[in-house]
Amino acid sequence: MKSRRMTRRGLLTTAAGAALLLGFGKVSAQESRPVWMPFDGFPPADSMAEGLQFLTPDEARTVGAIVERLIPADALSPSGKDAGCVDFIDRQLSGPYGVFSGQYREGPFQDGTPMQGDQSPLDARQRYRLGLAALDGWCRANAQAAFADLPEDRRDAILADLETGKITLDGIPAELFFEQVLANTMEGFFADPIHGGNKDMVSWRMLGFPGARYDYLDSLDIAGTPLRLDPIGLKGGPSWSADWVPPSAPARKG
Amino acid sequence: MRRLPKKDIVIVGLGWAGSIVARQLAETGLDILCLERGPWRDTARDFNISTVTDELRFDKRQALMVQPAQAGITVRNTVSETALPMRQWGSFHPGNGVGGAGLHWAGITWRFTPEIFRQRSHLVERYGESAIPAELTVQDWGLTYDELEPHYDAFDKLAGVSGRAGNLKGEIREGGNPFEGPRQNDYPLPPMVQTHGPKLFAKAAAELGYHPFPSPSALPSEPYTNSLGLKMGPCTYCGFCTNYGCANYSKASALICVVPWLLLQPNIEIRVNSEVVRIEKDGTGRRATGVVYLDGAGEELFQPADLVAVCGFQLENVRLMLLSGVGQPYDPATGTGVTGRNYAYQTPNSVTGFFENVAFNPFIGSGAAGGALDDLNNDNFDHAGLGFFGGGSTRVIPIGGAPISQRHVPSGTPRWGAKWKEETTRWYQATMSVGCEASSFSTPGNYLSLDPTYKDRIGRPLLRMTFDWPENDRRMSQHVVSKCTDIVRAMGAKHWEPAPIKGAWNTSPYQSSHVVGGFVMGADPSTSATNKYLQSWDVPNLFVVGAQAFPQNPGYNPTGTVCALAGWAGAAIRDLYLKSPGPLAPT
Ligand SMILES: Cc1cc2nc3c(=O)[nH]c(=O)nc-3n(C[C@H](O)[C@H](O)[C@H](O)COP(=O)(O)OP(=O)(O)OC[C@H]3O[C@@H](n4cnc5c(N)ncnc54)[C@H](O)[C@@H]3O)c2cc1C
Ligand code: SF4
Repeated sequence: MKSRRMTRRGLLTTAAGAALLLGFGKVSAQESRPVWMPFDGFPPADSMAEGLQFLTPDEARTVGAIVERLIPADALSPSGKDAGCVDFIDRQLSGPYGVFSGQYREGPFQDGTPMQGDQSPLDARQRYRLGLAALDGWCRANAQAAFADLPEDRRDAILADLETGKITLDGIPAELFFEQVLANTMEGFFADPIHGGNKDMVSWRMLGFPGARYDYLDSLDIAGTPLRLDPIGLKGGPSWSADWVPPSAPARKG
Repeated sequence: MRRLPKKDIVIVGLGWAGSIVARQLAETGLDILCLERGPWRDTARDFNISTVTDELRFDKRQALMVQPAQAGITVRNTVSETALPMRQWGSFHPGNGVGGAGLHWAGITWRFTPEIFRQRSHLVERYGESAIPAELTVQDWGLTYDELEPHYDAFDKLAGVSGRAGNLKGEIREGGNPFEGPRQNDYPLPPMVQTHGPKLFAKAAAELGYHPFPSPSALPSEPYTNSLGLKMGPCTYCGFCTNYGCANYSKASALICVVPWLLLQPNIEIRVNSEVVRIEKDGTGRRATGVVYLDGAGEELFQPADLVAVCGFQLENVRLMLLSGVGQPYDPATGTGVTGRNYAYQTPNSVTGFFENVAFNPFIGSGAAGGALDDLNNDNFDHAGLGFFGGGSTRVIPIGGAPISQRHVPSGTPRWGAKWKEETTRWYQATMSVGCEASSFSTPGNYLSLDPTYKDRIGRPLLRMTFDWPENDRRMSQHVVSKCTDIVRAMGAKHWEPAPIKGAWNTSPYQSSHVVGGFVMGADPSTSATNKYLQSWDVPNLFVVGAQAFPQNPGYNPTGTVCALAGWAGAAIRDLYLKSPGPLAPT
């Protein structure tokens, strides 16, 4: 062993020939990760858990009143609220994303140029907690009711003013709060239903997105017409149930 | 600090570059240790087909990327600004774990053309010294295409690259890229299937007199057994490719194309969750004695070695050199120093077309299958009088239709509400973009350094990036985007939205992970940090392998060249350095 090491060292400091030592030594791919758990990379925290995990019932009501205006119900789809965006947001806030885990969170925090990105010291939980309270405060002072109790058109007008910063909220920039809620609402509406939103894959049906299917080799030559496939998600899909009817097939009788 | 038993060679980082260097050195029989900062990865467990199609987890929450809390950077556009941390990844997406960014990459696999390696000489010969804008620090690479060609060829066979040769041993072939350098062999696999959008693109481009060809792709078009005997499955166009791992053993990566072979080599050891924090040098400062790394439990360990190869991706490679005092740090005020000098990026350009009466089925997609043309790239068109140099590879590559991100609506559409929903649904099936990944020239003001304020979790300064688009590249962007607009129009779009670069570099939206330079290769130690073998001029037993070696960026994705350079550097260590340790090129 000793002499072999010295020979090897010699290879790097003198001009001795290489490849003499093939076949010695041992493989050791060290593995120091804990045992496997579903979603261990970044778990969809508690997405299966019942009940609110982070939001208070009042906060959840306000979030619902926002997301059903960001994504209103119409012939194309149910509302963001009915699609589960409140559950989605609540689960996200209660998990690692809620504290922006993994992001660089060291100070000093200071405003940068518009090109330097989001520099707010507030994490996602704080943005909701402060923003929802401030929104209700603003509504009570200016519209004599909580946001969730205002009529749809009034809520739309307030949301539009948050988006453009026409309204000033206490403790958090209105645009920051609005962008946070808008981004999470869209995530919840379009993400796989395993995260709590996009119930019954409503957004995927709306768009014609087939979801978690992994193989389109049979459809590569489709020439400009929509491929109509029932969507499937990480938890399955309607085609797994006994009374499923393929979308292109005529309805089964009786 | 605990001192571990000595190794002959330590390789830092086990992505594309590190795995190829290890492969080149394996047969020397030397004791080789690969240190990888991130976790072990395995297709069956980490990219399982029943969990991998999760857009929220992989695309939005960036599950495969190194976390900024571990390896963040600070950014600013000019020296007069205070750099601030990129608190979450935006413009680029660095990787982590065995396979690196080469796990969640897209697989578009180019060779650079011969002229690129002689960038300055070429421009001077054709346009004259005085035509080169003063703002550009354009320079030659110090090596030639012909020297690198065998290693491009080897990478084609390692990764199972699909495509059609346009220049086979000097013979120009119909249907391939007529502008590419001569190849000694065709691609190992035929091109990928062209779906409807790329077909429209190819037809329109040909009508306009361009030379379209299928984009070269490291996603195999057929089952493939690579040069190390490892098997890959055919790509199924799953549409969860860029930013995801592949469940099919299709997308080429170190994980499936090299590491299983490395594990069979008795003299190679891989340690994961092992982050190298600096290179140690002896008293002369001219010899690396090994590396200091943190193991999974956070213990600092000294790993002695006779030779160190740093392969930790461009950003980390430059940062480790700055932190370890290798090469003189670049000073933009004086233009002296090489470590951090000539940082460049990739200029992103696109034109989105909105079509009527067509469904593109955008979810049928992959990172690299589609159509391309090179007529707008390099010096393939005459630049005399245009006021800029450079250009880009133009392509239509539908990458997938996962809808948190992949929803195009005409600008001016509300971002929420009933109208937003109507427009989103209307256009989901009916948009197709022509993109142009274009060149990025280096300038004296764009550079990398250590941040004076922001520190990582163990108190080391973050890397600081100072970057804005050079005037040359802004003009180039206007030019290529106007040409791409003609193509989109000829494809039959009813409405189109050109997106040339505008304003200062915005650090937030994803643009590309094609960050280059900062520790560049060359023939002159006053303007390069390594010689043409990627060997540090100052510390000859230190090799630094990755895109940080590019003196400027041409209009192509980098990885084909990163991997060819890794093969080249590994061969140089094996065939030259080990026979006669010391500087391989005269200073
Ligand atoms: C979304 C995306 C799409 C892309 N698409 C394309 C494409 O289509 N075509 C193309 O050509 N390129 C593409 N790229 C770029 C491509 O991924 C990189 O060029 C390539 O991975 C670089 O190889 P590398 O070995 O230098 O770095 P990596 O593959 O990132 O490997 C570096 C490894 O080193 C490890 N490491 C880093 N620092 C340390 C340390 N201090 N100690 C120990 N280990 C360390 C990292 O964890 C990583 O595993 C894409 C990248 C991204 C992110
Ligand atoms: S598109 Fe192909 S290569 Fe990419 S992840 Fe899907 S199957 Fe793998």
